[in-house]
Amino acid sequence: MNPEEIQTIAANQRKAKEQVPHHICVCTAAACLSVHSDEVKDALSDEVRKRGLEKECKVKGVGCMGLCSKGPLVSIETDGALYQNVTAKDAPEIVEQLGQKPVKRLKCSTKIPFFQNQKKIVLENSGVIDPDRVEDAIAAGGYDALIQALTAMSPPEVIEEIFASGLRGRGGAGYPTGLKWSTVSKAVGMHKYVICNADEGDPGAFMDRSVLESDPHRVLEGMIIAAYAIGAEHGYVYVRAEYPLAIKRLRTAIRQAERLGLLGKNILGTPFSFHIEVRLGAGAFVCGEETALIASIEGRRGSPRPRPPYPAESGVWGRPTLINNVETFANIAPIIRRGAEWFSSIGSEKSKGTKVFALAGCINNTGLIEVPMGIPLREIIFDIGDGIPNGRSFKAVQTGGPSGGCIPEQHLDTPVDYESLSKLGSIMGSGGMIVMDDTSDMVEVARYFMEFCLSESCGKCAPCRIGTDQMHRLLDRIVKGKASIHDLELLEELCDVVRSTSLCGLGQTAPNPVLSTLRYFRGEYESKLVDVAEAVKKA
Amino acid sequence: MSSQVRILTFKIDDRDVSAREGETILEVARENGIYIPTLCHLEGLSSTGACRLCIVEIAGRPKLFPACVTRAEEGIQVITQSERLTKYRRVILELIFSERNHVCSVCVSNGHCELQNLAQKLGMSHIHMRYRFPSLNVDASHDRFIMDHNRCILCTRCIRVCDEIEGAHTWDLMGRGVDARIISDLDQPWGESETCTGCGKCVHVCPTGALVEKGKSASEMAKRQQFLPYLTLMREEKE
Repeated sequence: MNPEEIQTIAANQRKAKEQVPHHICVCTAAACLSVHSDEVKDALSDEVRKRGLEKECKVKGVGCMGLCSKGPLVSIETDGALYQNVTAKDAPEIVEQLGQKPVKRLKCSTKIPFFQNQKKIVLENSGVIDPDRVEDAIAAGGYDALIQALTAMSPPEVIEEIFASGLRGRGGAGYPTGLKWSTVSKAVGMHKYVICNADEGDPGAFMDRSVLESDPHRVLEGMIIAAYAIGAEHGYVYVRAEYPLAIKRLRTAIRQAERLGLLGKNILGTPFSFHIEVRLGAGAFVCGEETALIASIEGRRGSPRPRPPYPAESGVWGRPTLINNVETFANIAPIIRRGAEWFSSIGSEKSKGTKVFALAGCINNTGLIEVPMGIPLREIIFDIGDGIPNGRSFKAVQTGGPSGGCIPEQHLDTPVDYESLSKLGSIMGSGGMIVMDDTSDMVEVARYFMEFCLSESCGKCAPCRIGTDQMHRLLDRIVKGKASIHDLELLEELCDVVRSTSLCGLGQTAPNPVLSTLRYFRGEYESKLVDVAEAVKKA
Repeated sequence: MSSQVRILTFKIDDRDVSAREGETILEVARENGIYIPTLCHLEGLSSTGACRLCIVEIAGRPKLFPACVTRAEEGIQVITQSERLTKYRRVILELIFSERNHVCSVCVSNGHCELQNLAQKLGMSHIHMRYRFPSLNVDASHDRFIMDHNRCILCTRCIRVCDEIEGAHTWDLMGRGVDARIISDLDQPWGESETCTGCGKCVHVCPTGALVEKGKSASEMAKRQQFLPYLTLMREEKE
């Protein structure tokens, strides 16, 4: 298809939508599905059919609306009402009240800070469009950026735009995306590859899953634009197999894009061709590390290798390869559509744009949020997240998963950006945010994350393989009251060695949860120690 | 085809050295008689950078670099000995000793063991962390050789020599983290392996007493390393 035909689809879709006065949107992302939103959707459809309202009211499944703790969520697009904790039994009442006063009992205010204080770029279509329908995505501006890039911009212009936007990798490390693209574009080689890293594995993180479940076309569009910019003909999306719904929707999206000529040979009638394959991870956290991910795509054991050479020079099948995270690709289309200047006006000086966070743990509003970079942690936790439940008080927030750290109360006014968080001994990470209340034992938190690293270490390099095990044993002894000051000293020494000498990021950052809890909650460690003689007796 | 190879000059421990472009820091150090400890590295096999004992510092860079895979660069200043490096190498060595069951006095490789030699050379007198003492098997199903997992340090030299030189790829890894271990074929007993040619290269590249010949008593298993220089030659021929 050519660009005009795509625009016709968008126009037809918008027109068809206008002819239906009421749209009932039911969240069908994983969190709401887990509390039976599919039954709610069926009940609503039945109810509409029973009343013969098919022409006036459409029930559609949409992606994540964010407030996962209040699911299943249903929104009435026309009057802006949002319903929470909806069950199938509520269907008649909801349909009854269409176009009139919303059902008070189920109403969830959209005036609360959770909705008001967010800024949505990546998630702008999440909870609005039907992720299974490409027409819906196109009507919402999907693939506009691709048309613009392919018809009006040269590859260097696309890279320049991304560069100027100040976008940095959303996988955690924050490498400038434009710089990465320009490096791969300059690499010499006939065949180049684009990889989307969707091997999200941090405990408590579900941003990438939600994006893929809610708006898969946005990720594909970002990848296709990237491929055009760097001159790639082939791409992979590496998704963990634990995300069956995301995989299903992604595959559907790829088929639809291929059918419309947005993907495959001669995209939009231009000479540019690009193919995308989905590869499933087999449950190894380390495969989120780029060189391990590449090994896994090639069918080899998923263990990292020393860099350089970086994937930009020698990646999958030894070819120059661009690897970006799901959220990074999801930011590409808006930047092309609205310009680098617009994007760089959002966020802080060194961290531009927005960041999606998954709020989890001891917080009232668990769910998915998107906020401008530079927003203070306090605003995320107490305004958007609505604070700590059960009358407890805040103790710490864990960011960056097993590679990150715990940030205590006194640093809650820190702005969220790459540099500030790493200064506090944590990292931005991919966006998991686990809030802990005053009942949490910080040594146990450290032990939990070390256990995670221990079982996810690939075993290739000695410091990570054995060091994580020894550190876990030491933490276990401390928790159980069997450790002396010598054990704590050894723990700190091992943290230093493992961090400085491990081969890949997994080992290099595995000590972070220990180091950050030691930094802010050392007293908790020390209070669990016993004197040396007793420790020997208990050993 | 005449290919122009660039020559680089840089410093190792304040000594001026030169290298062909593409040479690793370890290669250049060895050419110049500068000692850098290694364990998983073996000349003639591909490098994996796994044991981390060959880490060196490069002045002005905060990170440490494994000398076996880091290429020489013009003008850099490599530091192979420092208080920090000595400490890290010793702790890594202690970690390796603590991982499985290394009991030198009863080991067939006692006195001929690269791990033991390194401990002596790096001045590791004792281990100040707890031994893990895992329960591991010994595979004595092969006619002539024994695989003792208690003494394996997962350097993967056996895997690489079997794959890259012999071309059999009998050995590989299974499991991950501390549970990773060397397997023959698809985790069958070595003696039942259909791919093993019985060449014995794995036994003689093994740095410890993990792969040994049958019929050897304590301290009797000296590895025949005379053929090792030919690994490079064999590898070049293959390529």
